[in-house]
Amino acid sequence: MNSHRLRTGGRIDRAHPLTFTFDGTVHTGYQGDTLASALLANGVRTFTTSLTHGRPRGIYAAGVDEPNALVGLHPDPHAPDAAARPAEPMTQATVTELYDGLRATSLRGKGRLEAGRPGDHGRHDAMHAHCDVLVVGAGPAGLTAARTAASTGARVVLLDEQPEMGGSLLGTREHIADRPALEWVRHALAELAGRAETTLLTRTTAVGCYDHNYVVAAERRLPAAGGGGRLWQIRARRIVFATGAHERPLLFADNDRPGVMLAGAARTYANRYGTLPGRRAVVAANNDSAYAAALELADAGLEIARIVDARDHVPPYWAARCADRHIDVSAGHVVVGSRGGDGTVTAALLAAREGDGTASSAADCDLLLVSGGWNPAVQLHTQSGGRTRYDERLCCHVPHEPDPRRRVAGAARGLARLGDCLADGAAAGADAASDLGLSAGQTPQPPGAWEPAPLPPLWPLPACPAAGDPAAQYVDMQRDATLADIERAVGGGMRSVEHVKRYTTIGTAHDQGRTSGVTAAAATAGVLGVPVAELGTTTNRPPYTPVPFALLAGRARGRLHDPVRTTPLHAWHLARGAVFENVGQWKRPRYYPRPGEDMATAVDRECRAAREGVAAMDVSTLGKIDIQGPDAAEFLNRVYTGGFAKLRVGSCRYGVMCTADGMVFDDGVTMRLAEDRFQMSTTTGNAAAVLDWLEEWLQTEWPQLRVFCTSVTEQWAGVAVVGPRARAVLARLAPQLPLENGDFPFMAWRDAEVAGLPARVARISFSGELAFEVYVSGWDGAALWEAVLETGAVEGITPYGTETMHVLRAEKGYVIVGQDTDGSVTPQDLGMDWAVSTRKDFIGRRSHRRPDTSRPDRKHLVGLLPWDTGELLPEGSHLVCAGSGEPEARTPVPSLGHVTSSYRSAALGRTFALALVRGGRDRIGGTVHVALGDRTVAAQVTEPVFYDREGSRRDG
Amino acid sequence: MQLIPCPWCGDRDEVEFHYGGQAHLVHPADPDALSDEEWAGYLFLRDNPAGWFAERWSHAAGCRRWFNVLRHTVTHEVYGAYLPGEPVPVIAS
Repeated sequence: MNSHRLRTGGRIDRAHPLTFTFDGTVHTGYQGDTLASALLANGVRTFTTSLTHGRPRGIYAAGVDEPNALVGLHPDPHAPDAAARPAEPMTQATVTELYDGLRATSLRGKGRLEAGRPGDHGRHDAMHAHCDVLVVGAGPAGLTAARTAASTGARVVLLDEQPEMGGSLLGTREHIADRPALEWVRHALAELAGRAETTLLTRTTAVGCYDHNYVVAAERRLPAAGGGGRLWQIRARRIVFATGAHERPLLFADNDRPGVMLAGAARTYANRYGTLPGRRAVVAANNDSAYAAALELADAGLEIARIVDARDHVPPYWAARCADRHIDVSAGHVVVGSRGGDGTVTAALLAAREGDGTASSAADCDLLLVSGGWNPAVQLHTQSGGRTRYDERLCCHVPHEPDPRRRVAGAARGLARLGDCLADGAAAGADAASDLGLSAGQTPQPPGAWEPAPLPPLWPLPACPAAGDPAAQYVDMQRDATLADIERAVGGGMRSVEHVKRYTTIGTAHDQGRTSGVTAAAATAGVLGVPVAELGTTTNRPPYTPVPFALLAGRARGRLHDPVRTTPLHAWHLARGAVFENVGQWKRPRYYPRPGEDMATAVDRECRAAREGVAAMDVSTLGKIDIQGPDAAEFLNRVYTGGFAKLRVGSCRYGVMCTADGMVFDDGVTMRLAEDRFQMSTTTGNAAAVLDWLEEWLQTEWPQLRVFCTSVTEQWAGVAVVGPRARAVLARLAPQLPLENGDFPFMAWRDAEVAGLPARVARISFSGELAFEVYVSGWDGAALWEAVLETGAVEGITPYGTETMHVLRAEKGYVIVGQDTDGSVTPQDLGMDWAVSTRKDFIGRRSHRRPDTSRPDRKHLVGLLPWDTGELLPEGSHLVCAGSGEPEARTPVPSLGHVTSSYRSAALGRTFALALVRGGRDRIGGTVHVALGDRTVAAQVTEPVFYDREGSRRDG
Repeated sequence: MQLIPCPWCGDRDEVEFHYGGQAHLVHPADPDALSDEEWAGYLFLRDNPAGWFAERWSHAAGCRRWFNVLRHTVTHEVYGAYLPGEPVPVIAS
């Protein structure tokens, strides 16, 4: 139907019609339209109803500054390219490129989240680029900046948010050198495209500028191009922000009716999209740009009923051109209100600017175009630390003393005339290149000191005190926030724009205050009676425009979100139906359920096998660090709390590491392989941190120590063979290896052939049982594991997982660093004084004498036996004291500590737990209470060793 | 995303590094000679200037070497990197 479409002109392809649906009605548009331009062409005036006031609203702008025209996009799930068209819950119709089959719904009122909406599974990628000069914005200033910089040989990236480059020139009929400006744009782009070191990106919005010129830009791809997007991360040596400016609205009563529109937006709709947003317009302005818009619109066929200029004197240039076209101009007048019918504007109410605000006349119109001047788009500039100052003439904040590494050019620094923007961009591009030692030949001169005609203050306060009801003067249309809200905020005592912003919510919506920000600041200053410059501005934060989370995630989602580490035995675990748990990035079998078994049953069975027969576990994930060098023993002596200097080759020792503040950091068993070589083991999840820790001390404190550390975690696969029958199994696997206690004592290691494989065997036990850990090359891991299971079949060898390992070690009171400790626990708190040498220094030793670490009422590791032997205390439960002898319950009830480990024990036939309890060792034999929601459970405090306290089982 | 100059690998993105806090803190040779207050000072008290700060970085996802960087804590400007044991560079005013 396209009732408002011009027959010719614009950058749409009339030979390529597109069908789309808006709020259930089918419309037609053209290739090159936005959803907004196509709807205007179809005569759609009222677009939505507002957030809280329920007022009708129409399309107001033509770009990312649009406050009203928000839509949700619903792709056809049956379309062949459905995956490329993710549901888009909220976007602006003014930046939505029309495509055939597009289905859009206006977002009315507060909207709601729709359950079951398909997520965005489009293909999103990350791109990394490095350049000499990044130019953001391909309008007149950006194009000249890029051209000049590229001509020096600089590597240039030029990006722009629009589907085609040209910026404001796409929406005007300006001329450059007496030729249509778009011819110049075409020529400039052809020149840039021919440069091998220049990258041109359209549909790409720079959304953030971060430290050291790191710019993140979001590129959209059309469904026809596969959809999704690319997240560009660009490191630029120099940046030119040529981000343009956004037109400022005017405040008057009922300034939000459909049909009220920014003058520059109407100009763009006519020139770029061949669409007239109305038939008869009144133009309200305080600056020259609205004249250019009005005249181009008049030439396109729009009746301009009147131009209302707040200035007392119309510039003669524009006065003459208006007279030529018989356009009436009311100088010294302002619009103080509007009339509406059917929800849309039908007349503008005019009054003298210096009057009392009473409307002196009404001008009929169906389009009320407003222009309050232009706000430079300084968001990226200020985000990256740039300052602004308030320009009294332009009534806006302009960049102030920009860092030369991030220049601002053109309209983004307040320039208004095309010639000035072209020259300014060229100078910025040349200067940027010249900073890098690249010469542009004759350096273009930036425009001279520019003295714009000052805008008359068109803020309703105090210049025009009676411009209608403040509650009908909309400052932020998207938030339905009015001048009355600002008055209320200031009346409530708020003095800072940041506070007013948060109280009124102005500037917090989808458009982030692009139209409302300066207006709100000026209105606030007006109410407060202070200069705008004194008030300052709110803070711009990234992103400049909304970015889909799916784009930020890129490919790093689902399976690719984080690396998954598996051991050489993983395939076997999978085939046997192991239930896995994540330990750091590792997948470790937690237990191996047999058919019909739940976890408790399976773990019970696995525990019995280890305590009564023989069981085997994949221990490949333990961190392993090869430590070599003449000073290796001295080094270990310093990092471990225990002594390692005298450890004999062929033996191993358990060690605890502390941080300098004396807190337990890691533990593990270290083997001495040679006089100058050790192999340290670390907890699975802490391996990288321990290696970093060792390197830190070696490199920064003790560079004189000749020690080298290498991670060998993945070079070895390990199998623990555990239980009273372990020796029998190993004897058949390694017939050459003497296994009796005298030959191969506890905490010794031997190199041997096991199952025909070269192996290293260590007598280490994390269960209290007789146990051997067998290590082979990672390549041989699967063969070793299968040999162990096959050989042990006679003894009923049982594979077990981490859950059983936890139960077995907790029964013995062996701690797991990171589970039973949390960075505030000393070895002494754990009752591990035996592992702390008193005869040498080590990292953290001095801290064990600090008043805080030697307090008697520190939290100690103790055991807990719930009175009810079937009660499994949740790990993390808090402990309180209560009952006889304790003071009456105070609130809040002080916590004595918490449960760190809690299991069912097959060996004990009951539940048990480990806990950190304040003054815990002095409470042994006493009772604590565990707060479990609405009930409290009593538990006896015990020694933290529950099983084989004498240690009689480890030798078999 | 700051650009950190690794003395061995060149400029790399901040995500490749671990931050190590204030540089030039020396582990006391004889901790027992220190009072509790002095030892607590070594453990816990750090400078926190709004300005130039000599700090330690480690190229954790690269060469794994520790080095020092003179960096401005307000502007994040990096003056330069230097090796452990070398003196803090003097900034020409």
